[in-house]
Amino acid sequence: MNDATSTYETNELRTVGETTQFIVIKLGEEQYGIDIKYIDNIVRMPHITRVPKVDEYLKGVINLRGEVIPVMSIRIKMGLEPDVETKSSRIIILKLEQQGTIGVIVDEVKEVVTLENDRIEKMAYDSKDERATFLSGVGKSDGGLISLLDLNAVVLDSSLT
Amino acid sequence: MDVSQYLEIFLDETNEHLQNLNTQILSLEQDPENMDTINEIFRAAHSLKGMAGTMGYKRMQTLTHDMENVFSEVRNGNIKVKADMIDVLFQCLDALEEYNTNIRESSDEGTNDNGALIKRLNDIMTGGSGAEEAPAAKEEPAGEAAAAKEETAASAGGGFHGVKLDENQQSVLSDAIKQNKKVYGLTVRVQESCILKAARAFLVFKAIEETSEIIVSDPSSQDIEDERFDQEFNLIIVSEADLDVVVTAAKGVSEIEDVTGSVLKLEDITGAATAEEEASGASEVSTEAPAQQEEAPVANEAPAAQPAEKQTQAPAAQTAPAAKKNTANKPVVNRTVRVDIEKLDTLMNLVSELIIAKNSLVSASAMSGNSSQAVNEQIEYLESVTTSLHESVMKVRMVPIESTVNKFPRMVRDLQKKLGKKMELYMSGEETELDRTVVDQIGDPLMHLLRNSADHGLESAAVRKERGKPEVGSIFLDAYQDGNNVVIEVRDDGNGIDTKAVKNKAIERGIITPEQGEAMSEKEIIDLLFNAGFSTAKVVSDVSGRGVGLDVVKSMIESLSGEVEVKSRLGEGSTWTIRLPLTLAIIQALMVEIGDEKYAIALGSIQTIEDILPSDVNLVQAKEVIQLRDLVIPLIRLNEILDIPSKKNPEDNLVVVVVKKGDKLAGLVVDELIGQQEIVIKSLGKYISKCKIISGATVLGDGEVALILDANALL
Repeated sequence: MNDATSTYETNELRTVGETTQFIVIKLGEEQYGIDIKYIDNIVRMPHITRVPKVDEYLKGVINLRGEVIPVMSIRIKMGLEPDVETKSSRIIILKLEQQGTIGVIVDEVKEVVTLENDRIEKMAYDSKDERATFLSGVGKSDGGLISLLDLNAVVLDSSLT
Repeated sequence: MDVSQYLEIFLDETNEHLQNLNTQILSLEQDPENMDTINEIFRAAHSLKGMAGTMGYKRMQTLTHDMENVFSEVRNGNIKVKADMIDVLFQCLDALEEYNTNIRESSDEGTNDNGALIKRLNDIMTGGSGAEEAPAAKEEPAGEAAAAKEETAASAGGGFHGVKLDENQQSVLSDAIKQNKKVYGLTVRVQESCILKAARAFLVFKAIEETSEIIVSDPSSQDIEDERFDQEFNLIIVSEADLDVVVTAAKGVSEIEDVTGSVLKLEDITGAATAEEEASGASEVSTEAPAQQEEAPVANEAPAAQPAEKQTQAPAAQTAPAAKKNTANKPVVNRTVRVDIEKLDTLMNLVSELIIAKNSLVSASAMSGNSSQAVNEQIEYLESVTTSLHESVMKVRMVPIESTVNKFPRMVRDLQKKLGKKMELYMSGEETELDRTVVDQIGDPLMHLLRNSADHGLESAAVRKERGKPEVGSIFLDAYQDGNNVVIEVRDDGNGIDTKAVKNKAIERGIITPEQGEAMSEKEIIDLLFNAGFSTAKVVSDVSGRGVGLDVVKSMIESLSGEVEVKSRLGEGSTWTIRLPLTLAIIQALMVEIGDEKYAIALGSIQTIEDILPSDVNLVQAKEVIQLRDLVIPLIRLNEILDIPSKKNPEDNLVVVVVKKGDKLAGLVVDELIGQQEIVIKSLGKYISKCKIISGATVLGDGEVALILDANALL
């Protein structure tokens, strides 16, 4: 279906020893990291079927190899500007223990980084920024700082909290 | 020995036997003299005992053993079927059911010995004894049984272990002795733990036939093949070899516990024949095992048909026709395979995938535009094949609702005693088939509705008499297929629903306000019954009102994509109608377009499609309605509900899809009709579960996802 899939799904990319691998994505100007172990697949933007009467951040459902999978917007969930679909927009399919399979829309998938665990700093929670609740920490890589997404917080049904 | 791998089969079969026993004992209650029923009961109890013994469930075995004793006595005509005996038997079945449940849950039968029940069974036995045969001895562990049989046989005048000989066999044996061949009687005992008794017996036959000819076997060879023997069987053989050789050969088969043999003399043989004559002449109701009963007439016909010189022919020739006759008399058994329901689920999923792939092919071919006639023909062929495949798989998953409804006559019988009302259950359409998962789950709601009818619906005999109704109340359970649905109706001729009482109760419970109550129609009031925690019974009885309300019935049926409605006339009775879809996974749907989105509406809920002029839309209480053949139907503008801008101009004609839920109709306004399509229902998952009007999604031929509108939720 797309070339991005084949690039990022190679088997060499695994958590080794004291390191964790992240896929670096962009939302606006900021870089975020998603732990690779939750990622099932990365696909180009397919047609999203809107589902009426649901929370705004739930963009709808897509067909992924015959399965119907819900898709959500991280941007709306985090209170950012709504997504603008471009050539580089992607849907990252996450497999989570509790919520099952769900897709999240990102502006761009940049690269895979391997971070040694001592270069990951846990989030300091004094930040008043609402967005901070969606982060699990900050990683320092050669390309700069990467905010690491706390996926469970991102995907959590906000109406239940 | 490890028997855990047989546990599943054991549980399944035990259920079948218990169900069978329930049905048979019920019919025995109606017709206590019916020999066929008694034999059937005996057989089922016997199989149960054998199975429980094999699996090592001693308590279950003991109980069935004692039940079997009682049936055995009934069969022998030593005791008569009485009402209290039936009650005890039913209690035994309940106890067995309990064992079975325990085993299912923990693979252990539990510790309830049911001593009281066993004592009552024994009381029945002693109360009915006084016949020649000591009942206790007869079905005691096989060793003693053999001894007892031997005694009986001896007292009857010789023979071998009570094996009865007909003229033909007798003359074969006498001839053999006259020719200086030896005639042996063998008793073969199979180990108790043996699972494949028939196979072992067959090997024994094989071993013996190497040196000898088997003239008589008791039970008959057919019964042995069908495993219709307890632990041992008797053979009379003609041989030139020594007894030791034959016995050793038979003992050589594994899982054979013991083989004993003795040489038979001429007197033994002729003596046995006289005994047999006496026995058959003694009474019409034979005291023999059913197998022998069946064999007797065959054997009697045989000599007449066979010329005298042929009598010395190989015994196989004689047993063959007998065996054939037996087969003909046996109940017809369906040729079936037990398949794990999960495997069928997988198969169904694959069929779903295939249908999606087919739909994609159809739309791809339509898109490319230059498809040749040949391609179109092949696609049509593929379509018909996938549709038949889907139907076949669906049929495989379908089972008659019989297995679920069969327990109801028994339940109603118990209710009758508990409630002190007279009632009769009439069932029809038990053969109606539904998806296995639906059949498994429909039992509880149906049971609740029946209880409801028995408890709340039917009046007491005195009241019924006063009202000029027959004293015995009637409850009907009718099932039938109606298009793509199966309808199950529970009907009673009782009091019907007292809407005033319902209304007062609802107001009392705070479910509605008195003002609301005033404005409600009869139907709306009846629907209040489905409200959570509603019970109109003034006294909470054991039967209903244990917290499980009609709301649970409703939600259970709705979880099966079905619907339930009730009609009632005060004083005349009520009818509860359950409507269930034949299948849950693949449906025929009408595809519609609203704005630029596509939606599917299940064809089953669609009544008609209408083209309506905008001027024909009227306003009633600020709601849009249309008038259609004297019916006023409310309009639902889907584009408003789904928040989509409509593509249509206000002055255009409206495309209205009229959908039905029970008696309610509604007109759904859509922009365009696309057409009918077979769709595979996919769940939206729990992440998107808030949207009640969408019941699922489906993947269209072009790979897009379309949502399925739940017409029931819209109404």
